[in-house]
Amino acid sequence: MNPFSSGTRLRDMIRAIRACKTAAEERAVVRKECASIRAAVSDNDNDYRHRNLAKLMFIHMLGYPTHFGQMECLKLIAAPGFPEKRIGYLGLMLLLDERQEVLMLVTNSLKQDLNHTNQYIVGLALCALGNISSAEMARDLAPEVERLLQFRDPNVRKKAALCSIRIIKKVPDLAENFVNPVASLLKEKHHGVLLTAIQLCADLCIVSEEALEYFRKKCTEGIVKVLKDAVNSPYAPEYDISGISDPFLQIRLLRILRILGHGDADASDFMNDVLAQVATKTESNKNAGNAILYECVETIMSIEDSGGLRVLAINILGRFLSNRDNNIRYVALNMLMKAISIDGQAVQRHRATILECVKDSDASIRKRALELVYLLVNENNVKPLTKELIDYLVVSDQDFKGDLTAKICSIVEKLSPEKIWYIDQMLKVLCEAGNYVKDEVWHALIVVITNSSNLHGYTVRSLYRAIQTSCDQEAVVRVAVWCIGEYGDLLVNNVGMLDIEEPITVTESDAIDVIEAAIKQHTSDLTTRAMCLMALLKLSSRFPSSSQRIKDIVNQSKGSLLLELQQRSIEFDSIIGKHQNLRSALVERMPVLDEASYSGRRGGSGVSTSGINNIPNGVVKIVDAPLVDLLDLGVDEPTHPHPHPHPPPPNSSSGANFLHDLLGVGADISSSSPQSGGRNTMHGHKSGTDVLLDLLSSGSPPAPAPAPAPATQKSSSTSDLLSLTQLNNNNNNNNNNNNNNNNKASPSPFSALDTLSSSLPTPGASPMMDLLDGFGPNPTTPPPPTPKEEENGRTYPPIVAFESGALSLTFNLSKQPGSPQITLIEAKFTNKSSQLYTDFVFQAAVPKFLQLHLEPASSNTLPGNASGSITQKLRVTNNQHGKKSVVMRIRISYKLNNKDMLEEGQISNFPRDL
Amino acid sequence: MGIRFILMVNKQGQTRLAQYYEYLTLEERRALEGEIVRKCLARNEQQCSFVEHRNYKIVYRRYASLFFLVGVDNEENELAILEFIHLLVETMDRHFGNVCELDIMFHLEKAHFMLEEMVMNGCIVETSKTNILAPIQLMDKAS
Repeated sequence: MNPFSSGTRLRDMIRAIRACKTAAEERAVVRKECASIRAAVSDNDNDYRHRNLAKLMFIHMLGYPTHFGQMECLKLIAAPGFPEKRIGYLGLMLLLDERQEVLMLVTNSLKQDLNHTNQYIVGLALCALGNISSAEMARDLAPEVERLLQFRDPNVRKKAALCSIRIIKKVPDLAENFVNPVASLLKEKHHGVLLTAIQLCADLCIVSEEALEYFRKKCTEGIVKVLKDAVNSPYAPEYDISGISDPFLQIRLLRILRILGHGDADASDFMNDVLAQVATKTESNKNAGNAILYECVETIMSIEDSGGLRVLAINILGRFLSNRDNNIRYVALNMLMKAISIDGQAVQRHRATILECVKDSDASIRKRALELVYLLVNENNVKPLTKELIDYLVVSDQDFKGDLTAKICSIVEKLSPEKIWYIDQMLKVLCEAGNYVKDEVWHALIVVITNSSNLHGYTVRSLYRAIQTSCDQEAVVRVAVWCIGEYGDLLVNNVGMLDIEEPITVTESDAIDVIEAAIKQHTSDLTTRAMCLMALLKLSSRFPSSSQRIKDIVNQSKGSLLLELQQRSIEFDSIIGKHQNLRSALVERMPVLDEASYSGRRGGSGVSTSGINNIPNGVVKIVDAPLVDLLDLGVDEPTHPHPHPHPPPPNSSSGANFLHDLLGVGADISSSSPQSGGRNTMHGHKSGTDVLLDLLSSGSPPAPAPAPAPATQKSSSTSDLLSLTQLNNNNNNNNNNNNNNNNKASPSPFSALDTLSSSLPTPGASPMMDLLDGFGPNPTTPPPPTPKEEENGRTYPPIVAFESGALSLTFNLSKQPGSPQITLIEAKFTNKSSQLYTDFVFQAAVPKFLQLHLEPASSNTLPGNASGSITQKLRVTNNQHGKKSVVMRIRISYKLNNKDMLEEGQISNFPRDL
Repeated sequence: MGIRFILMVNKQGQTRLAQYYEYLTLEERRALEGEIVRKCLARNEQQCSFVEHRNYKIVYRRYASLFFLVGVDNEENELAILEFIHLLVETMDRHFGNVCELDIMFHLEKAHFMLEEMVMNGCIVETSKTNILAPIQLMDKAS
């Protein structure tokens, strides 16, 4: 005998596995056992075969591969003894499945066992066949199973019935052979046989229409009688569950009645009485009784209409709904979902209770209830229901807010009766859960706002109020900022006051305050801040008297570390300061965004291309996304052939043309090649533009069409201006993915224009150059720096990282070109006290996403009176660059007069995006 | 076919018995068990016994340190499955005498035999405890 095969007993193996403290130990034990079992398998060891198989089943349960034991199962099945066969069949069912070819080998053993004289062995074979039979096996062994349906022992008959289910599912052609035997099984008294026969009956009905008709005609009466007997049966201890006689059987009976009654008035009529009896007589204080009632309700709902019964059923559900047991409420909600298509009115009556369930503490119930409410909403009740849901949104769990917000938004968008209501509800949702709202939702809101011109004033005033209370919800801030920028004049002058509104006094400076607060708020992200700058530009034109203040606020972003903000700030500053005559035209009110095309785009369809050709000088007719135009750098008014009514003083035609080209290119061309980017659009224009074009194309890479960029069919001057920048934006897409491409105006086209001034001989061009020179981002670097360089090579103002009493620590931050995630820090310690610090040690720790490298310090003594300093270099690598900011904990220890001192602190004032 | 799988899991989330009535690969089983166990074990006593996961509905019940989880399809009567779990536990109780985790671990095959007598191919076969246990007792007597 193989020394290994005697191995451990099953019990010992389980103990060994239980004793394992780690997964690795467990794997080691399992590996060892598997090795000895394999050895036993190859030795064809008979003595321990069934023990080995038992071990394998345990190992299999733990989730380890056990395919090598499959043949052992077959050998055990072929053995003569019952114990071997039993473990063999169990192994067969657990370790094998119908997809394995080994299974074919077992067919013969199964056939023999199905014909065995021992009924238990027959039972084993039936069970195995019922669990894993493949289609071929089903075909081969169906006659045996059919015969066993009439076997003398009921325990075999019931297994044969379930085995038949597998057979007819695998080979539906065989169904007709089973119809007659089942009909006779349904007359039996043995519960097990009845239970299984009914299930077989149900499956036959599903597989074969004829079988269904047959059972409907011949068996409905019998089944109804069985159910009646079951309901009225005296106490039967063996099948009694908390006072109810075999609920499992009753449930199955109700289910088959459902199948028979569905779509057949006669059969339904026949079962009305017994259903009414079940519905009224069944005790509902125990789970078993409720299970029956639940099934009964479903049957009543599915069979042909009988008004009285339906009322009964809906009442049961109503009782369920108000039950305190969560399980019961859950099934009630589940059932109501099905009932809603049958009797919506009745379900509506329980609306209040269902709404309560949305507020339940149990996630499963909330989910069901919310889905149900979603189905319940219609034009008539949308207002109260939405109100309820929004009220609940205020107090709901954080992790439920996402689901809830999505459903509310969807309801409001789908069913809103009027625009003012839509706007009101959306504002409420945004105020409560603006951070959970998807971008499309607030984009859509802005589209709706622009479309309801009579509500502009009302909306902007509501938003003004909303932002005061909910400035922490980004979506509110964005919509409010956009609207204040757009409709600031309506806000200040109380234009378009509705009757329902309370008067509100907002001064120009109040309105600007709001935007200033938003841009300064630390939680505002890049998009929000960019929108704020845009809004400020618009306001500078709407509120000419506050121009200077706005200019100051805009100027504060000139030093922003975020390229986008810095650039906007510089551009807008120059527009506000130098080009006032151009400004008002640039920031004209947005044309109405087309709702239809917007929703069409959301639906995934393309944007229509009509209506561009005849529009002079680019009217924004087709808008791809509101965001595109949220930034409306300068949507010029539709009626003027030239973008500004008062061109700059020396009104040279070439200059005007140039500007025209710049702003209004593509009015006619973009329509002929709607998919082309700005570069193509520029072709075929005047020589000045060609030069410009060349410069531009050299400055921008031959970019592939930006994937997320909407089709460039906007014929507005703005979009062309911006589409130039699109090309360029491909460079820094990586840096600012969250931004819509069109949001940005990156420096290169403008600086290219700047350099153009030297190459354009036309004298008339100079005023235009004057106009444009403000755009040049950096006159000292004529070839525009690519954003990447700008990002990487830049330096930061030193920060005071830590200060405590006399000790202060400043950080000088810098980036290495080419590796934006690495920040070099030069730490400088100074000591303003009069004492000398000795044994000075600086330690720092960072979170996991950062890596920190500390270089040796320049010294370990720090003289007092700030007369000297220690410097130490640090290198921080941010693995989540762009996602997370750098933070650091520090500890500084030193000796002061030989006394140990310790300072600790956290540095979180690093610039963002480090 | 109503029942898709039956799991017995201890408080630590270790599987103690697993019986599937549909084909899943070993990896799929491990992943599924992990997800379900995490979901169910995190719930408290007041919450309902039903959890929706993937396209299964899990009906679970806790007995002392052992969780019984039954995965069913959407058509199944959840309350009846809850009752079925109780029947299963009662049956095991009758055989082992106050069944515990170790009984199932060390008599895994017996637990399976009982289950085999109760459920076949995802359908309930027998609900009488005497009938379920008869073949097992016979077997015990013989050996």
